[in-house]
Amino acid sequence: MPVDTMTNTALAQLPQVTEPRNAGMPLDLNWVLSAQANTSAIERRAASLPARRSVKKAHQAAWLLKAVTCIDLTTLSGDDTARRVGRLCAKARQPVAASVLNALGMPPITTGAVCVYHEMIAPAVDALRGSGIPVAAVSTGFPAGLSPLPLRIAEIEQSVAAGAAEIDIVISRRHVLEGNWQALYDEMRAFRAACGDAHVKAILATGELGSLRNVARASLVCMMAGADFIKTSTGKEAVNATLPVTLVMIRAIRDYYDRTGYRVGYKPAGGISKAKDAITYLALIKEELGDRWLQPDLFRFGASSLLNDIERQLEHHVTGNYSASYRHPTS
Amino acid sequence: MTVSDIFETMDYGPAPESAAEALGWIVDQGSRFGHFINGEMTPPGEVFESRNPANGEILAHITQGTQADVDAAVRAARSAQPKWEAAGGHARAKVLYALARLLQKHSRLFAVLETLDNGKPIREARDIDIPLAQRHFYYHAGMAQLMESELPDAAALGVCGQVIPWNFPLLMLAWKVAPALAMGNTVVLKPAEYTSLTALLFADICGQAGVPKGVVNIVTGNGAVGEMIVSAEVDKVAFTGSTAVGRRIREATAGSGKALSLELGGKSPYIVFDDADLDSAVEGLVDAIWFNQGQVCCAGSRLLVHEPVADLFYAKLRARMDKLRIGSPLDKSIDVGAIVDPKQLASITTLVAANTAGTTHVAPCDLPVEGSFYPPTLITGLHPADTLMQEEIFGPVLVSTTFRTPEEAVSIANNTRYGLAASVWSENVNLALDIAPKLAAGIVWINGTNMMDAAAGFGGIRESGFGREGGWEGLAAYTKSKAKPKALRTIQPMTGSGGPADGIDRTAKLYIGGKQARPDSGYSTEIWAKNGALLGHAPNASRKDIRNAVEAAQAAKGWARTTGHLRAQILYFIAENLAIRADEFALRLDAMQGGKSGAKEVEAAVQSLFTYAAWADKYDGKIHGVPIRGVALAMKEPVGVIAALCPATAPLLGMVAVMAPAIAMGNRIVLSASQPFPLAATDFAQILETSDVPAGVVNILTGPHADVADTMARHMDIDALWSFSDPSLDTVVEHGSASNLKRTWVQNGHAVDWMKPDARSFLPQSTEVKNIWVPYGE
Repeated sequence: MPVDTMTNTALAQLPQVTEPRNAGMPLDLNWVLSAQANTSAIERRAASLPARRSVKKAHQAAWLLKAVTCIDLTTLSGDDTARRVGRLCAKARQPVAASVLNALGMPPITTGAVCVYHEMIAPAVDALRGSGIPVAAVSTGFPAGLSPLPLRIAEIEQSVAAGAAEIDIVISRRHVLEGNWQALYDEMRAFRAACGDAHVKAILATGELGSLRNVARASLVCMMAGADFIKTSTGKEAVNATLPVTLVMIRAIRDYYDRTGYRVGYKPAGGISKAKDAITYLALIKEELGDRWLQPDLFRFGASSLLNDIERQLEHHVTGNYSASYRHPTS
Repeated sequence: MTVSDIFETMDYGPAPESAAEALGWIVDQGSRFGHFINGEMTPPGEVFESRNPANGEILAHITQGTQADVDAAVRAARSAQPKWEAAGGHARAKVLYALARLLQKHSRLFAVLETLDNGKPIREARDIDIPLAQRHFYYHAGMAQLMESELPDAAALGVCGQVIPWNFPLLMLAWKVAPALAMGNTVVLKPAEYTSLTALLFADICGQAGVPKGVVNIVTGNGAVGEMIVSAEVDKVAFTGSTAVGRRIREATAGSGKALSLELGGKSPYIVFDDADLDSAVEGLVDAIWFNQGQVCCAGSRLLVHEPVADLFYAKLRARMDKLRIGSPLDKSIDVGAIVDPKQLASITTLVAANTAGTTHVAPCDLPVEGSFYPPTLITGLHPADTLMQEEIFGPVLVSTTFRTPEEAVSIANNTRYGLAASVWSENVNLALDIAPKLAAGIVWINGTNMMDAAAGFGGIRESGFGREGGWEGLAAYTKSKAKPKALRTIQPMTGSGGPADGIDRTAKLYIGGKQARPDSGYSTEIWAKNGALLGHAPNASRKDIRNAVEAAQAAKGWARTTGHLRAQILYFIAENLAIRADEFALRLDAMQGGKSGAKEVEAAVQSLFTYAAWADKYDGKIHGVPIRGVALAMKEPVGVIAALCPATAPLLGMVAVMAPAIAMGNRIVLSASQPFPLAATDFAQILETSDVPAGVVNILTGPHADVADTMARHMDIDALWSFSDPSLDTVVEHGSASNLKRTWVQNGHAVDWMKPDARSFLPQSTEVKNIWVPYGE
């Protein structure tokens, strides 16, 4: 990737720029099995947080802009075409209208990445050339992850070869549901190896793991096996990113950092469509993980419709008038 | 800061709630407030300043109540009460419903005013205090509606004097006013001197809610006004506040016949086991000790951590503390606001400064330059012997020690004079549900903290006070029996002269710890028959015999853990053995008292034993419908060691009917037998000896009640004292009970009809309701 054309914001997007990459560690089953998650208490924390932290006026605008830079602008549809992906990439390059950015005194910003299926990597790489925006590809038989293991590994390799800088893999949920942590660890290790220099996000599909305790344990196993990011959902499960799941996963990230010194990133995906929700997520990250995680190299939103709501809120901040969707360029 | 600066720092920035409307309301009222008496605001009298603790600014001037004000308020309440009670449950329900609705309609005004006056974060006032206050009025609107059908024997007490604290001003008003009004009482309420404003706003909406004149009266002022209310012509005193003041109120009301409920201090344990969700337990502490600046009577202020996870837990806790935000209470992103008053701040500062033990961690937050603020503080490495592990700090200061085993956790947790609340954190349902009943507390939260709801009773044991607020159990504090009481007759012992009535001299002894024992004093009293013959001698129990009996009762702790099924069998067995000797007991009763009622009394005693044997495994607890995914188990637990001064009349039945409910519920009891006719009791000891009653569960003393009443009342290891004896002892009983704030039950000169088993009175007196909150979910 041509480093000299990157903006500062873009520079911060790739973990290898600023952080030592998570090398993983041997599977520590004692640690994994001691992980607990009390659902009721976690729900109470998640419910009270939005009321505990309120971000207003210029601060709200700044936080929303930060949220934009953390978006993996995503299209994962069976009817995707090269030109449709091109339109998405154009939006990723200029997610917020220049007039709004000028009014806010902000330099140009981009989204964190563009996220597509394997077949759309090439058009995305083309469309983003020179922007510094990485292309992320969902992989390993996304979303169910039930195709043959050699094919899943080969898919990663081909996606990396096609120019994907980030690979979003899906774990085998059955390994979690069967309590086969070793199998989960081995699978993740193999995926990580196949990624090479590309960064790997482990999608846990938390809506299918049965309990928050399983989410906590799966998070730890994937980090031990070298995941650069852990991600909630494919967006295709019945329940996708939620605040309680987020709390469990980022607490696992915090524990992993405390023990190993490696910062693993977090990506909630699916179901986050309101600017207010984005602020809540950022506040939760700030509270539980700290400011360092509020950068696109360690935090991403997997979202498609969130951006439009943020644009409307930003315009409201600038003009004082409530905005309308059609005023903002579509992706 | 520019947007691009904030984009880099990602600071929160200020998020102030406007105070304009609340300040405007104060100005509209003239900024000087009188009292609310008989439906009208009185003109302001001699006033004091009410300040905002966050910045020291004067909010308003509040009138210092006088004796004349209190008298006028009590008169208004007295004259309004009969009509209010007679209006019926539905009429009262409509008024309470309107109050709930008005609290909702003006919710933000109440919340902002509360924050200005008290210093608590606006989030808490808005999301916790005011909604819970609304909830109490809704809930008790329902209780008013149901009173006639569900509590057909209950009547209002009359006029209630209520004195509330400054930590939850409107919420405590709601807890006091809602149940009182629902049950047909009228009230004279004094808000705390620091925080009168939301009570005055409440007075403002009373008119709109259709509260009749005189039903709610609010008199403002300092503790002196509280004392005036306590000593006024009220039928009941309800107090929430410090244990020291509660103790003085207990002494001041002793012998007055006023009903009393006290909700006092605490030093509640917060127990974290090694299998807990540690991050959630850490977050729970934020809601336990950093909620309302730690100025919460049930705050989890004593952290007990399982040794295997202690270091890890403390590290997580310190990291969490470092994220707490302290500052302007009106800022919506603040976790910890202002301490209510500089005096309170000084008290916290002094207590903590005097501590040299352990390791202190102070949250590294910037304190505002003005106003009363204290930083969140954690002191680890303390031991139960350290002052701060025992004394209530009433501030944002958490103290901690570690434990090795569940048994040790319980032992340290219960090593306190208080008994209000406790939290238990464990993912093991066996462990959590085993620990909860063992904790000396009125409320236990499993994997949670500071959960409160109108449907679940709130209140403690030991020096945390008595009575419950909320739930069905809370209504007992505002009702009495509809039955018209009869006056108690004074009974004189028989007199006579001469030798023994039967051939061989019989020596009646005390019955202590399962053994017959001579009195420590070495004195005895002659007991004469109606016909003047000498029936025998009853030993005069004294101070040391009480000591021994209480020690024996305390040693019989295992009785509390027996099953109701076992206790029922033993009660039936006592009845069986008494029935075998019915004729002998009847003769003895007739000889002592004269007349021929002995046989009937023995039969009634047997029936009483059957009644409470029946209840032993049937006095079930409840599951309260609290608004969480989970249950609040209202468990009925034995009070502990009960002492009782038995009635003079019905010397056998009067003792059995006191003993049976107590032991049926798992209590141990020390009975002081009928003073004029004690020999049925000493004979009864033989029945107990042959009935498998474990040693120490029942102990029987004889002799003058006046000699033992004070010692019993002041004994710190007696949990409850009942008197059915001479009404002149009521004062001694209630006054002395202030020592450890034991529960007392005196009859105020009324006679008990012993021939009718009265389980509805005796079983609640024999039990404490412990609410165990069990949130669940996977």
